[in-house]
Amino acid sequence: MIQITINGATRQIQQTLNLAQLLEEMQLAGKRVAVERNGEIVPRSQYSAMALQPNDQLEIVVAVGGG
Amino acid sequence: MDQFIIAGQPYASRLLVGTGKYKDFDETRRAVDASGANIVTVAIRRTNLGQDASQPSLLDALPPSQYTYLPNTAGCYSADDAIRTLRLARELLDGHDLVKLEVLGDPRSLYPNVVETLHAAKILVKDGFKVMVYTSDDPIIAKQLEEIGCVAIMPLASLIGSGMGILNPWNLQIIIDQAQVPVVVDAGVGTASDAAIAMELGCDAVLMNTAIAQAKDPVLMASAMKKAVEAGREAFRAGRMPKKIYSASPSSPTSGIIGT
Repeated sequence: MIQITINGATRQIQQTLNLAQLLEEMQLAGKRVAVERNGEIVPRSQYSAMALQPNDQLEIVVAVGGG
Repeated sequence: MDQFIIAGQPYASRLLVGTGKYKDFDETRRAVDASGANIVTVAIRRTNLGQDASQPSLLDALPPSQYTYLPNTAGCYSADDAIRTLRLARELLDGHDLVKLEVLGDPRSLYPNVVETLHAAKILVKDGFKVMVYTSDDPIIAKQLEEIGCVAIMPLASLIGSGMGILNPWNLQIIIDQAQVPVVVDAGVGTASDAAIAMELGCDAVLMNTAIAQAKDPVLMASAMKKAVEAGREAFRAGRMPKKIYSASPSSPTSGIIGT
């Protein structure tokens, strides 16, 4: 297991997980989200190639109502 | 043809609406529909990790195929956070680059921090974004934001969510007169007459959220705002009569009155 931070909260995940698998585990696969990893945008097309590393900082966002 | 064009794209409606503060997505959808708006603002927020991912989302209520989404940076207090938020928004919305930049300076008044706003606008424009920018009603800052390359200048009429109406029409007038890009009054409109006044001043459009969402009947208020914006625009184009103090002028013929 490795520790990463998702939206400000730490979380233990399997070491071999890539971003696409993580999103699937979070039931976000196929949902309209955007992901920033360590301050850089991760294009959707790269989710399955993006192997998560220890101490990765992820921001996962959606569109919500706002003015 | 009186077209409202932002960054080369024409829009039928001069009313832009926010999608926050509604009771539920159904009310959001009905109010936005009644407003006739083409452009709807949305916020970008972290996914709620505990949330049931099968819950309906805003994108189900307002399909991006039917509306132009305008992602905002509400809640950002630095240029950095605003830029990160809009880069995420661009990825989220498949490369969509029309955005609303707002960098706040104070949580109590939600007054914009124009220094951070100018800084963020420069970077975002360079990065290819089409930036509609929320700002104070300072004409000099408005001009600088235009010179940076923002595609619309959006001065406040009064504080966000205050419903205080058009507090400084004179500053708005200066901003409108000097601007070569659309001027959109953003924030402060409370009721239909406020929207009409903004449009009569010559604003190109009005952006509002709370005035509709927090009305007792949001759908009815959305319809009222649609008409107010249209009426205000027509009145502006028609050119109002000059005001004449102590110079009454009867509307009916002055001759042929009986008994004379």
